[in-house]
Amino acid sequence: MHYLDNSATTAVSAAAARKALEIMTENFGNPSSLHTLGINAEHELEAARDFVARAIGADSGEIIFTSGGTEANNLALFGAAEAKRRTCRRVIISSTEHSSVIEAAKKLSDDGYEVVRISPSENGVIEPSDVASAVTPDTSLVSVMLVNNETGAINPVAEIFEAVRLRNKNVICHTDAVQAFGKLDFKVKKLGADLLTVSAHKVHAPKGCGALYIKKGVRILPRQIGGEQEKRIRSGTEPLPAIAAFGVACTEFDIAKNLALVSELNNYAREKLTQIDGVMINSPENALPYVLNISAGRVRSETMLHFLEEREVYVSSGSACAKGKPSHVLSAMGYSRQRADSALRISFSKLNTRDDVDALAEGIALGLKTLAHR
Amino acid sequence: MKEILLLKDGEIVLKGLNRRQFEDALKRNIKHSLSDLGRFDISSAQSTIYLRPLSDDIDLDEACDRVSRIFGIVSFSRAAVCPEKTLESVLETAPVYLEKILGSAKTFKVEAKRSDKKFPFKSPEICRETGGLLLSKFPHLSVDVHNPDVTVYVEIRDFGAYIHADPIRGAGGIPVGTGGRAAILISGGIDSPVAAYMMAKRGIKLTAIHFASPPYTSARAEEKVVKLLQKVSRYAGPMRMYTVPFTKLQEKLRDDCPEELFTIIMRRLMMQISERIAKQRDCAALITGESLGQVASQTIGALGCTDEATDMVVFRPLIGMDKQEIINISYKIDTYETSIEPYEDCCTVFTPRHPRTKPILKFVKAAQEQANFEPLIEEALNNLKITYIE
Repeated sequence: MHYLDNSATTAVSAAAARKALEIMTENFGNPSSLHTLGINAEHELEAARDFVARAIGADSGEIIFTSGGTEANNLALFGAAEAKRRTCRRVIISSTEHSSVIEAAKKLSDDGYEVVRISPSENGVIEPSDVASAVTPDTSLVSVMLVNNETGAINPVAEIFEAVRLRNKNVICHTDAVQAFGKLDFKVKKLGADLLTVSAHKVHAPKGCGALYIKKGVRILPRQIGGEQEKRIRSGTEPLPAIAAFGVACTEFDIAKNLALVSELNNYAREKLTQIDGVMINSPENALPYVLNISAGRVRSETMLHFLEEREVYVSSGSACAKGKPSHVLSAMGYSRQRADSALRISFSKLNTRDDVDALAEGIALGLKTLAHR
Repeated sequence: MKEILLLKDGEIVLKGLNRRQFEDALKRNIKHSLSDLGRFDISSAQSTIYLRPLSDDIDLDEACDRVSRIFGIVSFSRAAVCPEKTLESVLETAPVYLEKILGSAKTFKVEAKRSDKKFPFKSPEICRETGGLLLSKFPHLSVDVHNPDVTVYVEIRDFGAYIHADPIRGAGGIPVGTGGRAAILISGGIDSPVAAYMMAKRGIKLTAIHFASPPYTSARAEEKVVKLLQKVSRYAGPMRMYTVPFTKLQEKLRDDCPEELFTIIMRRLMMQISERIAKQRDCAALITGESLGQVASQTIGALGCTDEATDMVVFRPLIGMDKQEIINISYKIDTYETSIEPYEDCCTVFTPRHPRTKPILKFVKAAQEQANFEPLIEEALNNLKITYIE
């Protein structure tokens, strides 16, 4: 099997899976219970919180666990906008965000907020000046993702937030770092982020868990209430098996080493794929090497995806769905409809080898020869 | 309190000497549909099927739900069985059994049906007594004989006395299996499941045929068809689905036929393959979800060209329906949500930019013959996949 869809999800590491099993079968207490089992569970919870915090250079008190990236992004947008709704009614996002930000912003717009969407420049990157010029005195929130999930484009988030604060120092700055987490060495303080989203299952931990970093002193409103867990920001019994495994996965990060390995693979893939007639690279040159977006001739994404699947090569179609609109990210970058329609997203992890790239290149070359063109 | 389901036969009552066959088929279908819920006694008399649960722990809500989807039943009632066939027993049972429904109603009336003419009280007397008692037990009620919130029925039949509120509408139609067997060509869109449902309603037992073109179509598209057929089978009963591997035929079509005829020749190939599957499996007709004028392959000319490909009868129950009418039925049979899941099906692979809306049969046949699909048709027929739908 050649799994090249690691931006969709990853295999859980052995250590993380062991931890989850241990929590489910032995240390299964509710972290809120007053007895010993509960206290032991709470220790596991706080240990995991500490591991996640350390991985992004935060204080463990600044981490709120959620059900995943989508919930954390929703919480960031709604929570911040609601907290400032009396004075500030303007929210700024980039047009290449993940749907959990785009759709949340749409909802805010329906609710009477003014939502501004900033388009990227031609290389898929959001320019600081473009964001800053949209900032007004009544802007409550800016949300720009750190690494784009479809192209791997890295946004200059630190510069963007700095430029935003020069215009209005009270703006809450959020970044969706799901695709950067564990892959790029970043620290919340250097980024200047007030809110930052990470997800567990993209970093070899189980699905069903994520976290929102909330900088000390930044106030957002909860979206779900109940048992007052997670500092009342996110009530509900914590899914400890997933959270503890998430913590373990964070201790296994080896960012520099893996980045070197994946960079090498990415270069190799670019080299092999561009030799095939009809293949075009959509990811910018300086994108995060974990993601490589290409267009393969005039074969539709979904067709090529199923063709590769028959050869046990797993990738993702660039666009969200075959009958729907082409990828909003590629469209925002100015690519033609046809190019967006045949886009494929290849995404690596530390577990991939040159073998996988060879199988991919071979599959695409064969597919372009045999599959019908539209 | 003992309960019973009274099912009213629909069109069956109009049948002549073969009425018995229809009733037996209906009873068989009922038995099959309820088999996992527990044991029932099923008997029929006076155009009514009596469905008597044989133990107290049977889930009658679920039984009613299933009965509402069995063709051949025009309406049904869930009724209380009075312990004795006497007026006293009726008067004791009625207020207890109907307490909930009368509690939330404002007006009511009583209707009595006395098919057992030996019962000592006549219908008007039964109505008067029952109505009077209910009025005294539920003082908030008033009688409205024209437009009541609830009609209370007292049925005095040969086997006992029953009490129930307004009957529930049944699925209508005639029992599945009494109309023979036919093969439905199912794609995964909105129309074909509705067509399947409509023919099952007329007593047809279904066999399904689906065309798959991997990698142009995904495994999810086929799963979607299975899901749709499962919904349909709640009305039509269990069936088999034959999946035809269609990729090579479509690729040959693309390579060897004129683009504007892709769709029409594809439809002809589907008909020819389906005919051969159908004939081997005792199907007497084909069913499609075509609706006149909906798309290029469903114009009067295109349908003529498609029809010529087979000498079997082709049922097109949606032919005169508007899309919205079809959608309304798909909501009713709960296939709509599944139908609109966006997976590519084989009908949209290699769609020509400008399909012929008025194809000329002579040219279509010539193009098809020149390409010689026969070896690939054979190959496809030898590689059918069978899925059992329940």
